[in-house]
Amino acid sequence: MNRLDALFKKKQKNILSLFFTAGYPDLQSTAEIIRAAEEAGADMIEAGMPFSDPVADGKTIQHSSEEALKNGINMNLYFEQVREGGKSIQQPVLFMGYFNQVLQYGPEKFCHACNDAGIDGFIIPDLPPDIFIREYRDIFHGAGLRSVFLITPDTTEERIHQLDDLATGFLYMVSSRSITGSRESFDASQEEYFKRVSSMNLKNPLIAGFGISNHATFATACQYAAGAIAGSGYIKALEKSRDIRVTTREFVTSLLSPEHI
Amino acid sequence: MNKVTGEVDNNGFYGRFGGAYIPEMMYPNLKELENRYREITDSREFREEFTGLLRDYVGRPSPLYRAGRLSDYYNTNIFLKREDLNHTGAHKINNTVGQIILARHLGKKRIIAETGAGQHGVATATVCALTGTECVVYMGALDVARQQPNVERMKMLGATVVPVHSGNKTLKDATNEALRDWISNPCDTHYIIGSIVGPHPYPDIVTRFQSVISEEIKAQLEQHNGNPLPDAVIACVGGGSNAAGAFFHYLQHPEVELIAVEAAGHGVDSGESAATIALGRPGVLHGCLSVVMQDADGQITEPYSVSAGLDYPGIGPLFAHLHQKGRVNFQHATDREAMDAAFLLTQLEGIIPALESAHALAFLEKRKFTPDQTVVINLSGRGDKDMEAYLKYIKEHNGGKSHQ
Repeated sequence: MNRLDALFKKKQKNILSLFFTAGYPDLQSTAEIIRAAEEAGADMIEAGMPFSDPVADGKTIQHSSEEALKNGINMNLYFEQVREGGKSIQQPVLFMGYFNQVLQYGPEKFCHACNDAGIDGFIIPDLPPDIFIREYRDIFHGAGLRSVFLITPDTTEERIHQLDDLATGFLYMVSSRSITGSRESFDASQEEYFKRVSSMNLKNPLIAGFGISNHATFATACQYAAGAIAGSGYIKALEKSRDIRVTTREFVTSLLSPEHI
Repeated sequence: MNKVTGEVDNNGFYGRFGGAYIPEMMYPNLKELENRYREITDSREFREEFTGLLRDYVGRPSPLYRAGRLSDYYNTNIFLKREDLNHTGAHKINNTVGQIILARHLGKKRIIAETGAGQHGVATATVCALTGTECVVYMGALDVARQQPNVERMKMLGATVVPVHSGNKTLKDATNEALRDWISNPCDTHYIIGSIVGPHPYPDIVTRFQSVISEEIKAQLEQHNGNPLPDAVIACVGGGSNAAGAFFHYLQHPEVELIAVEAAGHGVDSGESAATIALGRPGVLHGCLSVVMQDADGQITEPYSVSAGLDYPGIGPLFAHLHQKGRVNFQHATDREAMDAAFLLTQLEGIIPALESAHALAFLEKRKFTPDQTVVINLSGRGDKDMEAYLKYIKEHNGGKSHQ
């Protein structure tokens, strides 16, 4: 069974997904991060393949991407490392990256490599739904990969329903009009938006992302969504880390429990 | 055979190239633009204001000048389309005038732009001053350092210039940062892209605004020669906006050869080049599928050219299409060839061209046109901004060649 399907079957609330940049802080960190995330209690893992021109990302992920590329990460290494880290865990692992990398790798070959590495689904923010439907849906869905689409506070209700029909994994509920990056709290209009979308009776689970960096933001998002994704906050923690396992455990604990600083 | 046009299809593509490969955060903004730009820019009110400003503020039509001594030198008939005489010194302002009016119709109060050499930044800051609009220009930190006079011009015009420190700190990175700003400020902000790149509908918008160049060339050549069609039109190409403008109304006349000259930097095979068509392959950069310079993994590679305006690792999707269809003949010129061409024009005609435009002029060394042929070269900008580079070249090469 696809591990993403299995996860949503088992758990409908407080799902924590961790995003990290493959090849950062060190070229060989990927497998260790995946195992540490599992051990720390993350429910889902998004392995980011860095891109030279990440237009949807803020400073933290721009920096980790740049460093990872300097470290020498590439697509083949990425798949090798994800296979190595993800082979014995129950948590779903997702590919996250920009479309040009997939296009150059070759969409069919990309799907095979994902299958081979045990990747359960993909998030490709700059592959828009109309082009996905026209050219790539059959290839990706045919390979059993679960698709994830982004929605934002400005996505119309009609379009949210279209994206919901199209997605086979979950809907990535982008918390604000912004690029990726940490925030301390959500304001009333963001909560209003979470609430509005959560009451739409969508077939896919909602997972919130962008600005999830502490217990307050995680808990607020989880009131309305099935779970939330932490990325930039986690990468910042890794940046200063001396021990990936310890850092990951501390970071996950800080999101899940209110007492933790 | 299908006629090649410069028109974009209903999905935002030119053949297989173009489209809007954008994250969802950008979708509402682009959709609004896509839904409304045709209706706005085709309206009589818009047309009147646009042509009025191009005439009275920019100084259009720009002259089509028969360069007598240059023609004698090459033993053919050479006309220069004098975009260098436009207000702010280049063709860039044709687009910014159009887009600032478009932005007002869309109800946008804040303008952002990217710039490389600073020409598009200055042209954007200029129309923002003209209309009293807030203006933020993103510019690679390296370009800020090497194009200081244009940075000062933008500031004097009231723009905020934001140095971009990511990547190679040049035009590509400035464009990324402008896109990020737009994602974060979708409601009040219009992004004025400077070239025919970016997601649909930008390539079409900029092409339309620049197409005034070839519209004028046709009428002016008819007056000079009794025939609107030259044998060839030559333009330099980075992203491709001046070339698109100079070629647009000739696309449907296959008897007119269209020659686009890319910047080869130190040579196409030197590893330091910006000749995208020569070195790139299909890929997605800045929201559109076109030809881009990239490695095997799809990471975008850094271009190089002495000319900051051509120093871009992509090209407009229209040109990727026209190349594939064989409608445009792609050539390239090195830094050195462009420099020599700039000095030749200066000495024979008393016109100091922009380094970008000098790449188009350099093609005259590579092809012998006959005495009865007519060649139009789009002189996209003036060389004031390039004085430092020219002075350096004089120092290094003993004063350049003399053509007296």
